[in-house]
Parts: sequence; C-alpha cells; structure tokens
Amino acid sequence: MKKLRMIWTILACLLFLPAFLAAEVAPPAEGGRLPDIRLAIPADAGYQTYLGIKGEGTFFLPQIKASIVIVEIFSMYCPHCQREASSVNDLFSKIRSSEKLKDKVKLVGIGVGNSPFEVEYFKKTYSIQFPLFSDGEFIVHKQLGEVRTPYFIGIKILKDGSHKVFYSKLGGIADNVSFLKLIQAQLNK
Amino acid sequence: MRSFLRTVSAIAILISWASGPAFALSDAYKENIYNPGQLKPVDSTLKVKVGEPAPEFTLPSLNGEAVSLSQFAGKKNVVISFVPAAWTPICSDQWPGYNLAKGLFEAQDAVLLGITVDNLPTLYSWTRQMGNLWFPVLSDFWPHGAVADKFGVLRSDGIAERALFIIDKAGILRYAKVGDINRRPDLEELINALEKTNSKR
Repeated sequence: MKKLRMIWTILACLLFLPAFLAAEVAPPAEGGRLPDIRLAIPADAGYQTYLGIKGEGTFFLPQIKASIVIVEIFSMYCPHCQREASSVNDLFSKIRSSEKLKDKVKLVGIGVGNSPFEVEYFKKTYSIQFPLFSDGEFIVHKQLGEVRTPYFIGIKILKDGSHKVFYSKLGGIADNVSFLKLIQAQLNK
Repeated sequence: MRSFLRTVSAIAILISWASGPAFALSDAYKENIYNPGQLKPVDSTLKVKVGEPAPEFTLPSLNGEAVSLSQFAGKKNVVISFVPAAWTPICSDQWPGYNLAKGLFEAQDAVLLGITVDNLPTLYSWTRQMGNLWFPVLSDFWPHGAVADKFGVLRSDGIAERALFIIDKAGILRYAKVGDINRRPDLEELINALEKTNSKR
C-alpha cells in the first residue's frame, strides 16, 4: 500500500513538472493579460499620488490610476538597460509634459534580481523620476517568463477594471515619438 | 510516512534543480551566453585569512600592462572580484553592475580588480559587450588559475569561485566572501564592508 502511494505521488509530480516548467517560460502575449504581478506600495507620497494608490501593503499593476501603464523590466547589471536609461527618461518627460497624456499614461520600472539598494542606486545614477520597484528574488521575473532585459510591456486598463497587453517586446524602445503614437492610438480606441 | 516524505523532498529538489539558477540576462549579449546550469555552490577551501596580509600577485591585464597587488599599497583600498568564467549568465551581469557602481568604489578610495581564469582574447571579446569598464580586467589563465589557487578559490573543474576580497592600503585582507556561484553577490554588503575598511584608515 505504501509503495503504491509512493508511485502515485511520483507520477503525479512528474505529470505536473512539465506544466510547472512550461509556465515559467511564457512572456506576456500581446492581446492577452498580465500575470498577477504584486508589487509593494511605495512609501514615497509622491509615487503614491502618481500611481493613484494609497496606504501600505501591495497592489497589482492594473490598479494603477491610468488608462495605459508602461512597464520597463530592467536590471542595474544590464549594460543595455544602462544605455537605455536616458531614452526612457526622455519618454517619461514627453508623457509628463503632454496635457493629453500625463494623467492617462503612467510608467513604472521593475528591477529584476535587483535589491532595493541596487534599484535606488540605478534611480539615483540616472535621475529617474518614475517609480522603480525591486524584484530581488526574481519573483516577477519568473512570472514574466524570465525575459531578457530591457523588456517593455504596455497594458491598457479597461473601464471594467480588466486589462489587455498591447505591447510586449524585448529590447529598448527604438523611437519614443512612434511609441507615443502607438499609445495615443490605444487611447483613441 | 518517512519514505513518503523522502520522496516528496526528492521531487522538490528535482523541481528546484530543474528550474535552475535565477538570473536576468541582458539583451546586450543576445544569444551568446552559455548556461552551465546549477553548479555546486562552493567547491574550494579558502587559503587566506581576514586580518592577515593578502598574497602578492602580478597578472596581465586587458590594456596590455601587468597589474600587481603591491602597486596599490599605501595608495588605494583594493576590491578583487573573481568571477567563474566569461560568457556565462551571472558573470556577464556582475561586472557591468560594478561598472555602473564606480562612484561607490571611488567614494571609499578603492580600486576594483576583475579576475577570471580565461585568456586575454576571450576576456577582450566578452568585456567589449559590457561597455567601457573603468577597472582593470586581469587574466589568471596561465599558470592556470594560479592566483585563484593562492586565495583558495580555484574550483576542482578549473574555474574560479564567485568571490570578493577587500584589501586595505596596508595590504591586509579585510573581507573575504566566497558566495554561491549560482547567485550574484549582494552589492550593499560589499559596499558596507568597503566603508568599514575605509573608515579604519
């Protein structure tokens, strides 16, 4: 009886092992939904205002008070992300200076495998104004299919609170002006 | 019941092993990184002691000059970063991070020496993907791993451990950390140790 139970346990685990591993390798698909990414509510009052999220604890990305959320997956250890930092700052600056976009489009960064100390150093080095979050234990990174960095995801938050991924690509944003047009097109839909 | 628990534990280890080490690879390297998978966390025994003089060495660097530990005596604190091998996932992230953190090292009057057991052509090709590194990159290729072995961080397969050492201006070893080869060391811990070393001037 004991042997039978052990065999069933092994078979059950082996059955779920491929699913477990496969679940690790799928980046978010355009047209689909994000996994439930849980982030810590920042202590900074300015960031809370920017995100439209108050209090303590955690929140999910689609809870951000915006129509569009752009997520940059980065690492301070990634040379490509370092080179891309000024361009991302330019994107943020363009959004913030646009009356049409500034309240509707929000930008956040997630430092995968980066401790809070490392995220803070990256933020300080490049004078980054938008909220950055630490994913020191690669929890979000695994949820996103362990994508290489930088990786950008755009989500549109719908009126019923659901959301849709409209952009999911590896590498930097080649042209901020074209990217803003893509964002505007999503807002017009 | 015991055998049941043993089985579940073994399967948990198998899943953990299969999921591999955690790292985020930069797109800067495209598809050119070799993933060795999960390795034995530490595979050597330290031969140096904190509080004692660090062993002297001279190694060739990428800029063509030989670099000796003694040339920094009385002038700079020295951080030595041994990484296991070029073109592998975690090593390829670690030094670009230290490149960005130049200000943190300089604030503590420290230089950084990056060492692997790879040869110079390999190191040249690999580090060019990282941007312009501000610190010397040294090759401990021949006699193979001799400096890594002096410190006691040469693994049985001929690669170095992922190890960090801090040597003060008097040449005394102040910090030694041989971390899990599968994980990037914590930058904050290193900088705190460096601050502590520098404050003892």
